[in-house]
Amino acid sequence: MANVISDETMEYVGILAKLELSEEEKRQAKKDMERMLDYIDKLNELDTSGVEPMSHAFPVQNVFREDIVTNQDESADMLKNAPAQRDGSFVVPRTVE
Amino acid sequence: MKQYETVIGLEVHVELATKTKIFCGCSTAFGGAPNTHTCPVCTGMPGSLPVLNKQVLEYAMAVGLATNCKINQYCKFDRKNYFYPDNPQNYQISQLYLPICHDGGIEIETETGKKVIGIHEIHMEEDAGKLIHDEWEDCSLVDYNRSGVPLIEIVSEPDMRSAQEVIAYLDKLRLIIQYLGASDCKLQEGSMRADVNLSVREMGAEAFGTRTEMKNLNSFRAISRAIENERERQIDLLEAGKQVVQETRRWDDAKEYSYAMRSKEDAQDYRYFPDPDLVPVVISDEWIERIRAAQPELRTEKLIRYREEFDIPDYDAGILTSSKKMADMFETAAAICGKPKKVSNWLMGETLRLLKENNQEPEDMRFSPEHLAELIELVDSGTINGGVAKEVFAEIFAHDIDPARYVEEKGLKTVSDTGALREAIAEVIAANPQSVADYRGGKEKAIGFLVGQTMKAMRGKADPGMVNRLLKEMLAE
Repeated sequence: MANVISDETMEYVGILAKLELSEEEKRQAKKDMERMLDYIDKLNELDTSGVEPMSHAFPVQNVFREDIVTNQDESADMLKNAPAQRDGSFVVPRTVE
Repeated sequence: MKQYETVIGLEVHVELATKTKIFCGCSTAFGGAPNTHTCPVCTGMPGSLPVLNKQVLEYAMAVGLATNCKINQYCKFDRKNYFYPDNPQNYQISQLYLPICHDGGIEIETETGKKVIGIHEIHMEEDAGKLIHDEWEDCSLVDYNRSGVPLIEIVSEPDMRSAQEVIAYLDKLRLIIQYLGASDCKLQEGSMRADVNLSVREMGAEAFGTRTEMKNLNSFRAISRAIENERERQIDLLEAGKQVVQETRRWDDAKEYSYAMRSKEDAQDYRYFPDPDLVPVVISDEWIERIRAAQPELRTEKLIRYREEFDIPDYDAGILTSSKKMADMFETAAAICGKPKKVSNWLMGETLRLLKENNQEPEDMRFSPEHLAELIELVDSGTINGGVAKEVFAEIFAHDIDPARYVEEKGLKTVSDTGALREAIAEVIAANPQSVADYRGGKEKAIGFLVGQTMKAMRGKADPGMVNRLLKEMLAE
């Protein structure tokens, strides 16, 4: 069965992902997403009753650290990753909620 | 006008008292220079891996158990996706599907008796960084020291019906968490933050009305005012035949009104999904029992013990236990000097007065119980008198000075040399013939003035009882 993604959904997904797409890119992304949904539908054909939902691929649990300070002041290194910096802070375009 | 009922549920964020952040070994200490408590994990660098701080989990379990919650013995973390510069990963690690605690509740006192406020769930999550907006440069400065500081969010059921019930619930919650040592819960400083979900409905109606969420409430007073204000705003809308819009509003306490931050139309779509970097947490029955066994004495138990152990009025016991810090101060000082009644008097009197004067809470007390105990000994041994003791206590309260040394250095010891005292009294008698005549003429009260004058001449360093006795003796001569 073929999934169809509406223009509105496409628009909405773009907003959520903070992406500005051209008309051509939108058309292509829409086609890709429809194919992805078709693929999931294929998986849905499997009978999964009695199979426990899995959130992790490895059977590992309870990995903890003790509450001990191990990190020193690495701000100089951290700020190297900043797009811009001032007074020890990361500088970003002004954002007000 | 119709009768309306207010329906309130709370989302309370509490900053946990751990030394390190929830997923990395960075310090949570307050007040560091910007970004000095950061690392690749809490600044969201690609490839960095979070590891859960075990203490965060145990604090969350302790709070859950103390609020009668069930513990999810299989719990995990989810990513809440949103773009905002305070959140460097572009997602906040939180818990949606399997939060650590659920289905609990605490009992509060209301005007009409006891009432249980349900707790829907408690989940663990990380705090965000701090943004400072620069109007002139048109940019924002980001400090990630708070990013990754552990929080628990306690979500209540919509069980509260008035501002009084909300305050009673918050007060009880705060006390429980303080007693557990899981947080200092200071509203002003943001280590406890409450968001208020409020709707109104016609009295007797079954269905809930449309609710709003109120943020930026930094004190119990602000919470009360915001609730009253929002209740009236919603009723006015309904009375005018309009609809309440589901939205998040921000309270401005200085202006006493709220404004909409974001409405349902641009409601956030957080696209939660399990965090693949963090493995599930499996909690054994034994672990839960271990946490339960390690729970400290909570207020109710403390009150009962105080009644049995110490000779202090119930009212005083109530005040002393209304803060963990105060109760600890009382018990430690009483244990040192063995005089609980006197310790209680200093805490109930001068301490509360000075706290109020400085606009502080008991949690802000900085003096040591040893110094209070020592002060009590100085008074009891007659080394200093009551007036001087108050003066010394003010210094203990402000600077935690050693009272014995302070008294010595400032020469505040009570003068017990009767020779010096007699000399001073003789001068006072000579200088105040009118009062002396009044006293001898039968006006007993006149002696008070003469005692005062003598104390003044002795610069406060005399025992008023002794002055009184010697004065009477010398006036009778």
